[in-house]
Amino acid sequence: MTHLGSIYEVALALLFAIAAGLVGSFALMKRMVLAGDVISHVALPGIGLAFLFHFNPLLGGAATLLAGTLLIWQLQKSTGLAVDAMIGVVFAGSLAIGALLTPQEDLVEALFGSYQTLSLPAFLIGIAASLLIILSVLRFKDHLLLSLFSPEMARATSIRLDRLNLGYLLLFSLTVLVGLRFLGALLAGALIILPAATGRRLATHVSQFLFCTCAASLISVAVGLLVTHLFLPSRSPGPVIVIISALLFLAASLRKVEA
Amino acid sequence: MDPVATPLLSVNSLSVSFGSRHVIQNLSFEIDRGENLAIVGPNGSGKTVLLRTLLGMLPYSGSIRWAPGVKLGYVPQSVAADLQLPIFASDLLAAKARILKVPEEAIARAAAATATTPDMLSSRIGTLSGGQFQKILITFALLGDPDVLLVDEPTASLDELAEEHIYELLDRLRRERNLTVLLISHELSVIYQRATRVLCLSKNTPCFGKPQEILTPENLAEVYSSQPEFFHHLHNHAERHR
Repeated sequence: MTHLGSIYEVALALLFAIAAGLVGSFALMKRMVLAGDVISHVALPGIGLAFLFHFNPLLGGAATLLAGTLLIWQLQKSTGLAVDAMIGVVFAGSLAIGALLTPQEDLVEALFGSYQTLSLPAFLIGIAASLLIILSVLRFKDHLLLSLFSPEMARATSIRLDRLNLGYLLLFSLTVLVGLRFLGALLAGALIILPAATGRRLATHVSQFLFCTCAASLISVAVGLLVTHLFLPSRSPGPVIVIISALLFLAASLRKVEA
Repeated sequence: MDPVATPLLSVNSLSVSFGSRHVIQNLSFEIDRGENLAIVGPNGSGKTVLLRTLLGMLPYSGSIRWAPGVKLGYVPQSVAADLQLPIFASDLLAAKARILKVPEEAIARAAAATATTPDMLSSRIGTLSGGQFQKILITFALLGDPDVLLVDEPTASLDELAEEHIYELLDRLRRERNLTVLLISHELSVIYQRATRVLCLSKNTPCFGKPQEILTPENLAEVYSSQPEFFHHLHNHAERHR
């Protein structure tokens, strides 16, 4: 199954790379890239409970992620504080709670992901979720751009900021969720941050930025999977993917930015 | 109903609070089509909050009634985004055009109205000068042919020459397009010359009326009692224009 299924694994990972790149591009422009890191941690208590009571870890992660997302949205609405701060305030503790809940032997997998057999339903759900993320971000990219540029100007363009923000946060959490399986709770946010940082170094306008970010994300995942497959077949590919992604950023940083 | 008789905007007993802080209390005023309303008041008197409330961004009590079908354009004082982001001015205009489903030509028309050059459109927003950036924001607001422009202190970051230019532009657009303009401003000379009504917000009683009636030394002293320095600046201006 592992060998036969690997082509599906790769397909899903690459599609996820594009989804993460698109969500990450807007996260960077909205100044909420760190949210990706912290928001992924909120999945951990759910994963821990799932391991404890033997149900699907992704289901547990999805439940706590959804609850967390709605909570952030509410807090953001009622206080008007920056999303980053909110997420930090609410979710710093969830990593600790999750770490306590998760059985010791499953902790490494929960934190850093695994790359084991992929069931057909899990594959299909992953593909559907990734497609949903990609299509939604592309459909609403203009709305997202205006709302991050100036909420007032977006509002005057009759954009419903409230709904847009909730929709984006949900897509963001869904991205983290799809990434959880092979990147783990600690690194799932990394593929939202790093390619977007690389894309920003390379691009001068918006569509170029989205393209460069997705390309950086795809390369990270593809090369990361290949390197893991060739040299570290028993390990989760997450760390290698993230390292490749960081190296791409370093390479992009060497390029001189025009004024 | 005679459309001329219906006010464009009618605000009644409007109050806006953040928790226990009452920023706007019991504010009522009406404006007609084609007017140029200047909103004045010291820092923290709720000028920007009023514009945001009129846009429907903040919860309030009382009533805000726009004439049916009125389209708004908003020119912010500053924007939320990091100006170093890889965003072209044309990216923003194209995004708005797609959302409103107006044709590409509309962008060129709006740009022509503000004398925005193709050069400025294809520049990164971070590389534009203050005046150029302001023009882009006005072009953005004009796209989609609004009936009303809400303008938040358009000249806060400009030198005097550029300031004059922006005010002239707004005034010309108002006349040419029969726009109604709601403008936050600190420039009393501009208000004397161009405003048809003045709304002053202050901690005590808001006042509303024609510039000559509202901008009296007594009123200004009252409105700006918390900022005496600023009052003197305004007062000197006012004396010069009497």
